[in-house]
Amino acid sequence: MSDATQTDERIKDISRLRKTLIRPELGGIVGTIAVFTFFLLFAFDSGMFNAQGVMNWTVVSAQFVIIAVGACLLMISGEFDLSVGSMIGFAGMMIAIFGVTLDWPMWSAILITFAICIAFGALNGYIVVRTGLPSFIVTLATLFILRGFTIFIPQTLERKTIIGGIREAAEGDWLAPVFGSKIFGGLFQWLGDMGVIGTFTRGNRTGEPVVDGIPMLIIWALLLVAFGHILLTRTRFGNWIFASGGDADAARNSGVPVNKVKILMFMFTAFCATVFATCQVMEFGSAGADRGLLKEFEAIIAVVIGGALLTGGYGSVIGAALGALIFGVVQQGLFFAGVESSLFRVFLGVILLFAVILNTYIRRIITGER
Amino acid sequence: MSEPIIRMKDIEKHFGSVIALAGVSVDVFAGECHCLLGDNGAGKSTFIKTMSGVHKPTKGEIIFEGKPLDFADPRDAIAAGIATVHQHLAMIPLMSVSRNFFMGNEPIKKVAGLRFFDHDYANRVTMEEMKKMGINLRGPDQAVGTLSGGERQTVAIARAVHFGAKVLILDEPTSALGVRQTSNVLATVDKVRKAGIGVVFITHNVRHAMAVGDRFTVLNRGQTLGTATRGEITPEELQDMMAGGQELATLEGSLGGTV
Ligand SMILES: Nc1ncnc2c1ncn2[C@@H]1O[C@H](COP(=O)(O)OP(=O)(O)OP(=O)(O)O)[C@@H](O)[C@H]1O
Ligand SMILES: [Mg+2]
Repeated sequence: MSDATQTDERIKDISRLRKTLIRPELGGIVGTIAVFTFFLLFAFDSGMFNAQGVMNWTVVSAQFVIIAVGACLLMISGEFDLSVGSMIGFAGMMIAIFGVTLDWPMWSAILITFAICIAFGALNGYIVVRTGLPSFIVTLATLFILRGFTIFIPQTLERKTIIGGIREAAEGDWLAPVFGSKIFGGLFQWLGDMGVIGTFTRGNRTGEPVVDGIPMLIIWALLLVAFGHILLTRTRFGNWIFASGGDADAARNSGVPVNKVKILMFMFTAFCATVFATCQVMEFGSAGADRGLLKEFEAIIAVVIGGALLTGGYGSVIGAALGALIFGVVQQGLFFAGVESSLFRVFLGVILLFAVILNTYIRRIITGER
Repeated sequence: MSEPIIRMKDIEKHFGSVIALAGVSVDVFAGECHCLLGDNGAGKSTFIKTMSGVHKPTKGEIIFEGKPLDFADPRDAIAAGIATVHQHLAMIPLMSVSRNFFMGNEPIKKVAGLRFFDHDYANRVTMEEMKKMGINLRGPDQAVGTLSGGERQTVAIARAVHFGAKVLILDEPTSALGVRQTSNVLATVDKVRKAGIGVVFITHNVRHAMAVGDRFTVLNRGQTLGTATRGEITPEELQDMMAGGQELATLEGSLGGTV
């Protein structure tokens, strides 16, 4: 039994450096530095770091970030969602069905899709908190159900599993550009004129910059990270997220509305998946029944690389975003470096392992877990 | 005597076929320390959980400040002014002391109309309250997982006291504590009682009960064996009652009265 003492002689002074270093995101920060060092050394001349190259891996990373933020908050609240990938395919298909097949105005197709998907998220959460079943099982069922609908509905209505014409249907719509447009076009034109970034020298786009704006996808990623981080660390609700995942019974006994928190996090995860899907169909102009395959695992991997504890109660949105960045940079970087694409998995496995070992070590220091 | 703050009448609680409580009545007055004693499995924790809104009683009535009450969940009980320190602590090891301290009662500061967690206030109050209880934290952001069992218990009690309850329920708060924290907790109970709060204090330790208790209720196998007032009963009699008046008597000789 320890005895509290008036002086702190049993507490070693912890250096400032150590204190700033020992944080949940450390694994993600170290990984990011390692990955960038690696590619700067070995793939600098590959085009990966010119304007087009940077935009390429930034967009891919931003896609991972969008689903990782949802998965991160949900995981900290103690649950998983394996239906994220199916939800992405389903959401894209719903937009195509309402907006193209049924010819509704695009804004209404987008809004109804958000409503349907968030309702599915709420249903996931409701079943999990009501039955007490592991969310792993419940959302595995949702994974199959949603994927099934995503194939069945377009086949029944259109006799095909890819529906195009979304870009045309979205022409002149007020809501679609929030997901599908690019901003700061003028700035990039100016940068092109100044010679800071390259311009096309041939074809009908001669004189236009090779990168002609920031896609809204990236803006969504940044906004979601900022929102998730502030929600988690700076609000009352954030404390409830940690508490629900840390020990649901203890949280309940202290008056935290655990069920409500978990259901809301399932809904937020569904929201993120739908943002992803909407940006994707606006970019591609089509919805496919196989979209989003395995995205749930990529989201979970990014979150775990970012320092979150699989069993809940601990983690960081910034860390998850860095995990997603590592994921995107490695995937695209190996492509630029001309490395055999199958090696991507080897690389990813190694990073995952190292990040998790480092994260576990840091977490033990912080939480005194044994 | 005036009305009790809370009156529990013929509380029954069944878990499937297990009858954990078979009609227990206890009342608590403002400014008294009501000790609840009984052996393992007697139903003490189950009883106070019906009081704090964790369990719904199968049968029976709860009258709080003269009005019948029906708690849907712990939030209702907390809002009514019943604070509980559960036996298996309501502390989350992965979270910092100050996040735990304010869990469910987070202080709010408004910035540009938005409601944010006031970390500065939370950290300051946590450090102050811990110091009062004789625990020196490394910092308010230290995780509860790095504290000893007794220190965690102390944080939980400090938290319940801080939020100014009308009834404070402590489920075996001293069972994991060392000498110094035990005397701290008993002194706190005394202080809280003098401030007019009704305390329900569960313990196995007759000496701890005798040190602060005004009334003593002994539970056995889900039933009340009776309530005694301080001065009406000796520690030995209490001890015997807790053991259901059996066995312990025969052991008495060989243990030399040490239990
Ligand atoms: N959730 C539950 N489901 C089923 N049975 C339960 C449940 N909670 C308690 N019990 C049973 O109710 C009885 C009383 O348990 P309780 O925890 O109230 O005892 P206690 O007096 O607090 O004991 P201790 O001194 O060991 O803490 C026990 O027989 C226990 O097995
Ligand atoms: Mg008990």
